[in-house]
Amino acid sequence: MEYLIIIIGAIFVNNIVLSQFLGICPFLGVSTKVSTATGMSAAVMFVMTLATIVTYLIQSLILIPLHLDKFLQTVTFILVIASLVQMVELILKKVSQPLYQALGVYLPLITTNCAIMGVALLVFKKNYNLVESVVFAIATAVGFGLALIVFAGIREQLDLYDIPEAMKGAPIALITAGLLSLAFMGFSGMV
Amino acid sequence: MNLKDEFSRGLLKENAVFVLLLGMCPTLAVTGSAINGIGMGLASTAVLLGSNLVISLVKNFIPDKVRIPSFIVIIASFVTIIDLTMNAYTPDLHEQLGIFIPLIVVNCVILGRAEAFASKKGVLDSLVDGLVMGLGFTFALVLLGSVREILGSGSIFGFKFVSADASTILLFILPPGAFIALGFLIAVVNKLQKKKA
Repeated sequence: MEYLIIIIGAIFVNNIVLSQFLGICPFLGVSTKVSTATGMSAAVMFVMTLATIVTYLIQSLILIPLHLDKFLQTVTFILVIASLVQMVELILKKVSQPLYQALGVYLPLITTNCAIMGVALLVFKKNYNLVESVVFAIATAVGFGLALIVFAGIREQLDLYDIPEAMKGAPIALITAGLLSLAFMGFSGMV
Repeated sequence: MNLKDEFSRGLLKENAVFVLLLGMCPTLAVTGSAINGIGMGLASTAVLLGSNLVISLVKNFIPDKVRIPSFIVIIASFVTIIDLTMNAYTPDLHEQLGIFIPLIVVNCVILGRAEAFASKKGVLDSLVDGLVMGLGFTFALVLLGSVREILGSGSIFGFKFVSADASTILLFILPPGAFIALGFLIAVVNKLQKKKA
């Protein structure tokens, strides 16, 4: 039951992009087509889950017992994430060339995705155990994908309309995101 | 280098938030009030100055293959320093900014400047670049923070200028308001840039 609350919370109520403000850069950058949005979401889900597990274990088993967590948390976490992204890149290159090509330059950019680092840090703020953290990571990634794909769908439609010159690109995208965020606010109070 | 040109570059022409569209996450998240905006902006500027300085000093000693990870370690170290300093000297601000302080390490502005500038130019140039880009970032955060605070809480830098039971547009201190306010600000900047061009 606890897990259901975590899942619903992470996907809808506290959606990582639309109410926690994490992962905005890829959200604005990759959401121009539904197909790239789907690919990016899958990659993020993979990296986010793996990163959360590894950073959780390192923090719990190494950093906290040695009282190094205050000093080395940031450095360790970001290095773990950067290495994981490199690894995912290499694996994808060998296993699935077309997917690797499709994701292109967005793959290394997952390193600077605040959502991944954010989730790694959040699970400690929320005092989750390992299983809860994994559930939270997967659910958050689903929420990220949901927001991304819905947004991409809207943007594909938006392309067909006449937009004032100054509003084109980022401004209209941000305002659309704001309205989407407003819609998601309807979920608050659910858990 | 011309200092006035540099400032206009960082503040307006190549403003990190309004033009380059980098560092969106902290921009939207902490600008519920102007003070938080300044706090985050100055913290990021401090990290940017530190990392630009160190990177331009050691750039010739870092092998090309481990360039990016090295930059990340340098930036993360400065972020940790700022994090611990803020925790000690400005605990309220530290509490307000929460996880966005460690998240400065993934702020694309900092890694972007390290890659595009500090790894290629001399120490003084890199320091000036760090300063102007950081101040430009701070300027954007304060602007957005002020707009959101004035509309959303009827106050500016904590000074309420409406009566206690006046109704304000609460939306602007909530997530949707952040997106919408930033969208309109960028549209205004675009409009002004078009007029100049």
